[in-house]
Amino acid sequence: MTSARLMDATVAPVVEATSPAFKQNVREALADRQLQEALGAVAPGLAARRGAARDALPEFEALRDRGREIKNHTLAHLDLYLELFEAKARAAGSHVHFAPTPQDARDIILNICRKADAKVVTKGKSMISEEVGLNHFLEEAGLKVVETDLGEYLIQIRGETPSHIIAPAIHLTQAQVEQDFRRLHTSLPRNRVLTEPAQLVSEARAVLRQRFLEADVGITGANFMIAETGSTVIVTNEGNGDLTQSLPRVHVVIASIEKLVPTLEDVGTLLRLLARSATGQEISTYTTFSTGPRRKEDPDGPQECHIVVLDNGRSQLLGTDFQEVLRCIRCGACMNHCPVYGAIGGHAYGWVYPGPIGSVLTPALIGVKSSAHLPNASTFCGRCEAVCPMKIPLPGLMRKWREAEFEGGGGPALFGLGLKLWAALARRPRLYHVATRFAVLGLSGLAMGRGAFRRLPFASGWTRHRDFPAPQRRTFQQLWAEHKAGVPR
Amino acid sequence: MDERQRNHPAGRPRVGLFVTCLVDLMRPSVGFAAVKLLETAGCDVEVPVGQTCCGQPAFNSGDRATTRDIAARTIEAFEGYDYVVAPSGSCGGMLKAHYPELFAGDPAWEGRAAAFAAKVHELMSFLVDVRGLAAVDAAFEGRVTYHDSCSGLRELGVREQPRKLLRTVKGLELVELKDADVCCGFGGTFAVKYPDISNAIVGRKADQVSAAGADLLLAGDLGCLMNIAGKLGREGRSTKVRHVAEVLAGELNQPAIGEGT
Repeated sequence: MTSARLMDATVAPVVEATSPAFKQNVREALADRQLQEALGAVAPGLAARRGAARDALPEFEALRDRGREIKNHTLAHLDLYLELFEAKARAAGSHVHFAPTPQDARDIILNICRKADAKVVTKGKSMISEEVGLNHFLEEAGLKVVETDLGEYLIQIRGETPSHIIAPAIHLTQAQVEQDFRRLHTSLPRNRVLTEPAQLVSEARAVLRQRFLEADVGITGANFMIAETGSTVIVTNEGNGDLTQSLPRVHVVIASIEKLVPTLEDVGTLLRLLARSATGQEISTYTTFSTGPRRKEDPDGPQECHIVVLDNGRSQLLGTDFQEVLRCIRCGACMNHCPVYGAIGGHAYGWVYPGPIGSVLTPALIGVKSSAHLPNASTFCGRCEAVCPMKIPLPGLMRKWREAEFEGGGGPALFGLGLKLWAALARRPRLYHVATRFAVLGLSGLAMGRGAFRRLPFASGWTRHRDFPAPQRRTFQQLWAEHKAGVPR
Repeated sequence: MDERQRNHPAGRPRVGLFVTCLVDLMRPSVGFAAVKLLETAGCDVEVPVGQTCCGQPAFNSGDRATTRDIAARTIEAFEGYDYVVAPSGSCGGMLKAHYPELFAGDPAWEGRAAAFAAKVHELMSFLVDVRGLAAVDAAFEGRVTYHDSCSGLRELGVREQPRKLLRTVKGLELVELKDADVCCGFGGTFAVKYPDISNAIVGRKADQVSAAGADLLLAGDLGCLMNIAGKLGREGRSTKVRHVAEVLAGELNQPAIGEGT
C-alpha cells in the first residue's frame, strides 16, 4: 500500500518546480514553433531505432524479465548491498559519503571542492546533479562549473535545464545552436561555417578541451554502482565523461541509491538493455568502469575519488506501491514513446524529470500537491510501460497518484462535480437508462440534423479545436427493448 | 474440443453484450452491428439491463470506492452468461484487466472478479480467437485504414483480428496507417482535463490519416473514433470514420461518425 507519508508529503525542493503552472507551461510549449520543430525531429527517430534494436535481439524480452529481477532483488536487500558497496569502494581507496537530502549532497561536494582548493570544475552528464541543483550552488560559492556533455553544454550556455534525461537539449534546433555559438565563442572567426552538425560538435570540442585541462575537480554521475567491486559505471557517446573523471586531481561521483546493482555480471545484463532502449545502439560508444583513485602503477587517473550517494526520499518508497519506480535505469524510452511528451516536450512538466517516469517520480520527490497535474496528464495509452526495459507499470503508478490526490480532496472542483453526478447515475441502472435517454434526446435535438456540433458550452475545451459528433437520437438500450418487443428498427 | 462444445454441448453459447456507454448513448448502430456479428458467429446475444458504464472514468480519476461499486454491479449483471463481449478495447480492458485488480485481497469478491474477467472479450478478439470466425459476408467499395486503439492493442492483444476480417470484405482495400499504434489523444477524461494536449496529439493522427489516402478510417473504440472524426471534420478533411463492426456487419445505413443525415 501507499504510505500516508507519501500522500501528505509537501517537500520544498531545492530546485524550484513550475509543475503547478503545468497548464500555462503547456500553452507556451504548444505555441513555441522552434520547440515543435525540434520535437518532431528527434524523439520519433529514437523510438524507431529502439524498435529495430529490439527486433534484432531475440532474447530482448527475456532480458527485460532478467533486468527486472535483478533490480527487484537489489531493492529487496538494498541496505545490505549499500553496506557492501561502501566497504568495497573504501577498500579500493574511494571516499563514500551518504547524503540524505539534496542540501547534504551540495554541502559535501562543496567541501570536497574547497579542500581541493578548486577553481574550475568540469562535469559529465548527471540528472542527480540537476536534482540537487548543484551547478547553481557551486557557482554561488565562486566556482567555475563547466558542463562537458554537448547537450548539457548547450543548455548551460543558454541558462536552461535538460528537457530530456538522455538528450538534454532535444528541445533545440540546429539553427538555435549555431546562433548561441556565434554569440558566445567570439574569439573564433566570424565567417566560419557552422551549417553541419559535425562542425558544431568540433567547435564545442575545441572550446571544451581547454576546460578539461584547467579543471581541478571532475564531477560525473553513475549509471550503475557495483556492490561486489565498489565500482561506478558511466555510459556516454562523446567520451567527455572519461576526460572529466580521469584528468582532474579529484573525481566526484554523485548517484542516487537505486543505481546500485550486486555484481559485474548484472551490469552486463542491464547494459544490454540500456543503450538499446535509449538510442537503439547495441552499446553506447564509451562504457567506463571506475574503481577508486589512481594506483601507483596507473599511468593516469585522479588522486582522490569521492562517491556521494543521494537518498532524497527514495528509501521512503521502499515497501510502498512506488518501489517499482526505483527499478528505472534512466534510458528515456518512456518519453521517446509518449504522445504527451511528444506534444509538449520536457520543460512543460516543470521539474527535473519529464515524461512518464517524471510523472511518477516527481510526486514522490517533491509531493503530489505541487505536481498533481503530472500523473493526470496522461492518456494511459500504455506505450511507456510496453517499452520500459524494467517493466515499470508507469500508468498504474500514475493512477495511484491520482488516487492519492482524490483521497486528499484534490482535483478541479467542476470536474469533480461532474464525475460525482455521473457516478451516482452509473450505480443506478434504471435511473441511468432513463437519464441517458433524455440526455441523448436533448443533445440530438440540439444538433438539429447536423452530424456534429461546432460548439458545445459544456465541452468548450473539446469544441475549440474539434467537432463533437452528435448522437443517433435514441439509446441502444431503448432501441434494443423495442427490437425485443418486435418493433422494427 | 472447441470452446463452443465445451461450454455448450447443446449448441449456442449465451453472450452478454456489454454495450459501453458511448455506444449506448452516441451510436447504437454499433451495438446492433456487434449483435449481428455475434449471431453470425453462432452466439445467442442478450443485453442485461443491469449494466451502465464500466467505471473507467472513476477509476482513472482515482476514485476506487465508486469504481468498486460499479464493478460489483457489472459483475452481478453478467455472471450468468457464458461470455461477456464489449465492442471496445478500452471498456473490455477495464473489465478484463482492471476488475480483478480492484478486488485483489477481497475474499468476497476476488474469486468472482477473476471468474468474470476470464469470460470477458473484446468483440474482434472474441469473433476471431474464441469463435474462430474467418470471414464475414459484407461488402464495402473503397480504401480503408485502421487505427489501433491503445487498450485493445496493449491490454488485450487486439491487432491482427480486425485486419483479418476486414480482408474478407468484398471490394475493400486495406491500407496501413503510419503510427497506427500511437495514441489518438482521447484518453477519456484526459480529453476533458487537457484539451490542448489532446488536440495536439489528434492533430498528428489526422495528418497520418490524410497521408494514408483512405476513404474510411476504422477502429474498435468509439472514444477514439469520435475524437479523430471530430478533428477530421473540423479541418474539412475528406476521410470518413466508422466503428470496424459497422463495416464487418454491413450496418452502413447510418451516416458516418460526425456526418449529418
